[in-house]
Order: sequence, then C-alpha cells, then structure tokens
Amino acid sequence: MKLKDWAFKKSPWIFHLGAGSCNNCDIELLDCITPKFDVERFGILLVGSPRHADCLVITGIVTKKVLPRLKRVYKQTPDPKIVIAVGACACSGGIFRDGYNMAGPVDRVIPVDVYIPGCPPKPEAIISGIVKALGDMK
Amino acid sequence: MAEKKRTIIPIGPYHPLQEEPEFFLLGVEGEKVVDIEWKTGYNHRGIERIAETKSYDQVTFLVERVCGICSTSHPIAYCNAMEDLAGIEIPERAKYIRSIIAELERIHSHLLWVGLAGHFLGYNTVWMWSWKYREPVLDIMEAISGNRQNYAMLKIGGVRRDIEESDIPKILKMVEKLVPNLDLLTGAITDDPVLHVRLKGVGILTKEEARNYGATGPTARASGLPFDARRDSPYAAYDLVDWKVITRQEGDVFAKVVVRLLEMYESVKIIKECLMRLRKVKTEIAIKVEEIPPGEGIGHPEAPRGEVFHYIRSDGTNRPVRHKIRAPSFCNVPTFRATVIGETISDATIILAAVDPCYCCTERMAVVDKRTGKKEMNGFDLIRLSQEKTKDLRRKMLGK
Ligand code: SF4
Repeated sequence: MKLKDWAFKKSPWIFHLGAGSCNNCDIELLDCITPKFDVERFGILLVGSPRHADCLVITGIVTKKVLPRLKRVYKQTPDPKIVIAVGACACSGGIFRDGYNMAGPVDRVIPVDVYIPGCPPKPEAIISGIVKALGDMK
Repeated sequence: MAEKKRTIIPIGPYHPLQEEPEFFLLGVEGEKVVDIEWKTGYNHRGIERIAETKSYDQVTFLVERVCGICSTSHPIAYCNAMEDLAGIEIPERAKYIRSIIAELERIHSHLLWVGLAGHFLGYNTVWMWSWKYREPVLDIMEAISGNRQNYAMLKIGGVRRDIEESDIPKILKMVEKLVPNLDLLTGAITDDPVLHVRLKGVGILTKEEARNYGATGPTARASGLPFDARRDSPYAAYDLVDWKVITRQEGDVFAKVVVRLLEMYESVKIIKECLMRLRKVKTEIAIKVEEIPPGEGIGHPEAPRGEVFHYIRSDGTNRPVRHKIRAPSFCNVPTFRATVIGETISDATIILAAVDPCYCCTERMAVVDKRTGKKEMNGFDLIRLSQEKTKDLRRKMLGK
C-alpha cells in the first residue's frame, strides 16, 4: 500500500456540501462529529475547504443555482477522492425529483462512489457508508 | 470618498458547519460594517409548485421537508390550514400529541442553535455539550415516532401514531432528565463574564425596529414584543395547558440567547403536562377527512424561529390549487440591516447567527467585485476573528 493510500484510509477528511437539501441530512452528518458518535476518534474530520478534503459528502438534490458550484468543488478536490451521496435527495432526487429547479441527482452531475439512502439516514448509516467506502479502496 | 475605502466581505454560500447555502456581502470600512446584502436561492427547490402536483395527503410529507429543523412546524401549519379550510376540529388527544412533538422540536432546535452560537464565539465546548444534550431529545423523538428527524406524525384531521400508555412513564423520565442538562448549560452561559461582555449590547434590535421589520419568534420576543402565535391564536393544545411567553426588553444578542434558553424550560413544562393529560384523555387520534371542499385556509403556528405561515386554496379536487409558504427567517433575516450595520466585523458572525436563520458562510465560490475590494475574507476568517475576540477578552478578564 502506498503511503498516500494509507494516509487516506487512516484519516479521511470530509468536505460537506449542501446542494439543496432540507437540512436534515446535514444535521445528521454534523451529528456524527458531536460527542455521541464522535467520528473524530477515527481521524474523520470535517474540513472547510474542498482543497483539503479526501471525501466529498453531498446532501440534497442539486439545484440549478448550485450546479456550476458543485462542478467546481469537484474539480477543486484533489485526487484520489471519493464522492458520497447522503440521503434520498442526493441519491435519486427523493421527494423533490419533479421540481422545476432540480438539476440532479448528484450522479447526473459528478461520479458518485457511495450512496447512503434514507430520509435522513441515521448517523450510524452515514458512518457505515463512509467506512464501506474506505474499505472499497484498494 | 467613502466608497473607495469600502471593502466587501462575502460570506457564503458554503460553510462546512452550517446547513443551507446562503450568501452575505458585508461592506466594511476599516473594522466597521457599513452595509450588508443578502443573496439566496441556492436552496430553492420549488416546493410550492411541487405541492400543487401532489395530493393533499402527500403534501403533508412534502412540507415536512421544507426545513429539516422545523420538520413538525411546517406540517402543523399545513394541517392547520387544511383543517381551517375544511372546518375540522381535531380530537383532543391529537392536540396533545401535536403539542408534544412541536415542543420537543423546539428544544432540539434551540439546543442546536446554542451549540452553533457557541462555536461562532470560540466556545467549542458549549457546542459539543449542547449537541450532546440534544441527543436525548432525538431519542425521545425516536421513541415516539420511530425516526430521529422527519417524524411523519401529522395528518390532516389528527396524528398518525398514538403515544401508548405504557410508553408515557419512560418518556416522562427522559424528559425530566433534560432539565439538569438545561440547568448546566444555562448556568454555564449566563455566569460567564466573557460572554456577558461579548454579547450584551451587541447587535441591538430595538422594539421599534423589530416591529418595522416584522420580526417574529425569539428575535421579536427578545426585543420586547410579546408575540407568540401559540398564545395569540392557539392551535394544538396550547390553550389547554399552562405556560408563559418569555420576553426580554434589551434586544441584544444576549437577550436572544436568554429567551431561547428559558423557552426550553417552558417547553419541558408543556410536554410534561401534555403527557399527563394523555393518560386521561382517551379520544381518537384522528378523524377521517372524506372530502376537501373548495375554499381557502391559513395556518400559522409558532415554529422555533417564529411564525410559519401556510396558505392553501382548494377547488374541490384532491390537490391544492395554490400553496403558499412563508418561513420565519424570511421576516427575521432583513433585521440584519438594523443590527449588523455599525458593529465591528468580529461581531458580525454572532449577530447574523443570533436570529437563527438557516445561516451559512464561507466564500470560495463567491464572485468578488475587485474594484471595491482590497482585502478578501471568507466566513472562516470571520468566525476566526470572532473566536479571537473572545479569546482576547478572556485573557484580559480572567488572566487565562
Ligand atoms: S433526503 Fe430527506 S432528509 Fe435528506 S435532504 Fe432530502 S428530504 Fe431532507
């Protein structure tokens, strides 16, 4: 295993982008770093810039206004990166799929590696999704 | 002349800690904020339009997803509007259950806010604490509704799930356990001398301004306007139980904190009383609604952030012809013009956060007008500035 991969697996840094969500997925994601779940124990850290991130976690349908920004954030994230779609909205458009302002779901815009369904998924589900994503890396 | 010196600071649209993307442009001269502009629309999902394509029963679940934090306030507003339209009175038991859910949501929302406000001030311990104490609230929600968020408890004509008699003692105990945690948090915040200096007299919204801007919820109540839709136009069980409207006169950030903290105690009181009443009131939990007549209806309950407003027009079919939603932040956010202008940049973050908008930061993707901007800062720098100010104060005051 290369040093880069090893570092990647040991402490994945996450950038969260709400692309038109109802907040619930975002809150549950944030919940993961607070004391009850506390994923920082495992080196998972929420960072403030996509340039520092290993994982992009995207919640919500992609609205038309967010679309160009999402593409840009994807480009700004250095390789290797994994993209995780959290919530029914991000996976399939969920309840908002018929809306006129929808440009997503996420996988129509950028490649997605892991889908975490649920509306919203529980923090446990989110953590398990991220862990699975890391396990899939060679 | 002044134009030349002005720097534009964009905040938004993305911030890792916050929920929705939103975008602020602060115009500053030196340290002082002289202008603020608000841009939004990143999160526009066209819900009102989608609602017109769904049947009345489906809309309940759609409006739940307007905002995740207020995922009971919107359905209550919608159901109230529908019940107003159809002239329905819901069973008493349903009223109590609705109140219980709504108040649990208020506690969870206020705790969430206290945590984020703490973070903006550089008190990450407060953040972690209040989010830790928020977890039991979500556990209670899970016990009642089966989900931590998006409870799906409401339906037109009542509620979808009952609270079983056998569960009540367990839930009561969980609710009672919240109180010492709230005490701890309230004590820690109100006793801290640094926080007093940091928050008192900052970002004052006068009574007059609050009225002119049409502020609602804790933002209005902290400025001495005793408006609370729960008391002024009772719905659910709020006229059946005993509780107080919390107000403060000062209108500064501290007052807003205090109002929210004290409101949580009232919520606990309401929940406890409703649970007690549930033991005696053995009615149905919902009535069957056969048909929705043509007409109009409004519902305007008090969400954690203020009054939510839903308007429905029906033409007698099974879907709304028009569904209008107005959320409280829509009224509260413009008050920034009164509160932020004239304050320093390092206070801007907490003042913006004080009305608990669905608030968001950091620049990165913002387009900055280079003609006017010399220095660029993003939301992180702003939060850092805010945190440093607290640190400075602490050093000076406590010698730490
Ligand atoms: S999946 Fe559900 S909870 Fe998540 S953003 Fe969409 S509507 Fe909200």
